[in-house]
Amino acid sequence: MALAFSPEADREITDIIGRYPERAAALIPVLFVAQDEFTYLSEEVLELVAERLDLPAAKVLNTATFYTMLRKAPVGKHHVQVCRTLSCYLRGADQLMATAQRKLGIAPGETTGDGRFTLEGVECLAACGTAPIVRINDVYHENVTPASLERLLDALASGKGEPVGGGGGD
Amino acid sequence: MAVQTTNHLLRRGMGKDWRDLATYRAAGGYQAVKKAHQMGPAAVIEEVKQGSVRGRGGAGFPAGIKWGFLPKDSDKPRYLVINADEGEPGTFKDTYFLKEDPHRLIEGCIIACMALNAHACYIYIRGEFAEQIRTTWKAIRDCYAAGILGRSVMGIPFALDIYVHPGAGAYICGEETALLESLEGKPGRPRMKPPFPAVIGAFGSPTIINNVETIAAVPLVIEHGAAWWTALGVDRDGGPRLVGVSGHVERPGLFEVPTGTNLKDVIYELAGGPLGGRAIKAVIPGGSSCKVLRGDEIDVPMTIDGLRAVGSMLGTCGIIVMVEGTCIVRALQRLSHFYAHESCGQCTPCREGTGWLARLVDQLEAGTAKQGDVDTLLDVANEIDGNTICALGEAAAWPVQSYVAKFRDEFQAHIDHHGCPYGDHPTPGGFDVPGLPSVSPHA
Ligand SMILES: Cc1cc2nc3c(=O)[nH]c(=O)nc-3n(C[C@H](O)[C@H](O)[C@H](O)COP(=O)(O)O)c2cc1C
Ligand code: FES
Repeated sequence: MALAFSPEADREITDIIGRYPERAAALIPVLFVAQDEFTYLSEEVLELVAERLDLPAAKVLNTATFYTMLRKAPVGKHHVQVCRTLSCYLRGADQLMATAQRKLGIAPGETTGDGRFTLEGVECLAACGTAPIVRINDVYHENVTPASLERLLDALASGKGEPVGGGGGD
Repeated sequence: MAVQTTNHLLRRGMGKDWRDLATYRAAGGYQAVKKAHQMGPAAVIEEVKQGSVRGRGGAGFPAGIKWGFLPKDSDKPRYLVINADEGEPGTFKDTYFLKEDPHRLIEGCIIACMALNAHACYIYIRGEFAEQIRTTWKAIRDCYAAGILGRSVMGIPFALDIYVHPGAGAYICGEETALLESLEGKPGRPRMKPPFPAVIGAFGSPTIINNVETIAAVPLVIEHGAAWWTALGVDRDGGPRLVGVSGHVERPGLFEVPTGTNLKDVIYELAGGPLGGRAIKAVIPGGSSCKVLRGDEIDVPMTIDGLRAVGSMLGTCGIIVMVEGTCIVRALQRLSHFYAHESCGQCTPCREGTGWLARLVDQLEAGTAKQGDVDTLLDVANEIDGNTICALGEAAAWPVQSYVAKFRDEFQAHIDHHGCPYGDHPTPGGFDVPGLPSVSPHA
């Protein structure tokens, strides 16, 4: 197989396996390692994980398909996740989603043609006290407004990279 | 101010970085571990019982009693598993410990593990909490380096390992047996009970599962004693609680109050009252699964019994406030879609029923609902309620039943008006942006 884990990832996997009395328990954390390494979990990647953990491929697939954060398809460089659950809705999440759609020219679930942005509506992110929340990759932005979201997306589009911190709001 | 806040669990605004081990220890941190060791396991469990520490993951089960369920005669290893999945909409409290005060949780885990004779502990943190996972891991590593974890605990000959295990985006994994399945590398589908996890839990072994806040309370109970702790709460429900207020209030946020503090006071005094001084239409008192209260039903003490007396639940103390001008059907639509999305699909009534509920509410909003559909909505909810392996079914049914019971006219109006009477302006609290659906002028 052409695909292989980097030495660092491989060491991390060995460390993860050591945490559990059963090897199968390492599966989800190892799938995250694989996702970091190969950006998403293609069939080939799932096979590699199955082999590394000595688990049946069907078991790996069964688990991988259950969880939304384990990606079976590529996502954009910037994965924009707008929380749509009640507390965020009450603080204007719909207008944030509309802003993002207009700005990026895509609907929820879609990726821009250049592969840079994926837009998605997600469920409660457990930060309801600073709603509305937009999570971009793994960073939370709190108290977001349509204006602050536009600025955030502009900064990302102009290649200034991922603005740091959780306080993307006004 | 009439409402008293405390700062035993929630230690913000003291100018201290509690993530730092030296800072944590300088304030007396990890001393309760030594005290617990001197007391011995039986006395620690008794102290937690006497302190009436109730589970803070939603069900309110007394922690000390749960700990007593571990079989005495098993020669299998025992595990402590911490539920840090924090998924109940409206709940944002456990994140505080994971992100800002992880040693409090770790200290609680150590005391609990010594009392339960468990030599391994897994902290199951929802996958979206990347920062919380990093911060908690860092605190654990600092403990290993300082001899607080590992082959012995601060010189006490007790081997203990603590690990963080990431979730991967599934609300159902907050249900304790689904969490165990997930920990074992499987899809998060709840198990039948019995056997209860205390008998057969993680890896086929006796396991205690507790919420983050429940375990974070333990060092305080041990340090100051059960009497001190119960004095901060009410009879049979000890200590202060973290309450989160979100939605339509002037100052949303997380607060610590003695258990038994009045719900209305929390909203009006701590959270600054309803947005723009409007009237309160509805309040969800303890996370989205709880039955909703009308604005005139919130003058109640925040206790398990107090909320039960008005037909709801204390739950996770995640309070969601909605002011007049909010379309209650729209609010329900959010929750019904949430539960439909998060159903694991194992039980037919839940799998089919949650999707059906969401479609019916969609039709009410879209104006395509038929006369009689409010009853259909209730029928579907009643069909789910009580007919599923886990409580996600109830969690999906209760909002429907209570929203219809309390705001039936508004549901019917959606049928009679062939759509949402609030039109394009479904909620106050949004943003007024030209060209975008804007803030409601209603109310
Ligand atoms: C659908 C569902 C979701 C749940 N989510 C959580 C959660 O995110 N966090 C939590 O601590 N408990 C959650 N619970 C409750 C747990 O099953 C369990 O009661 C709790 O972790 C026990 O800990 P405690 O006794 O310390 O509260 C959930 C229950 C159900 C039915
Ligand atoms: S509803 Fe958006 S973070 Fe909870």
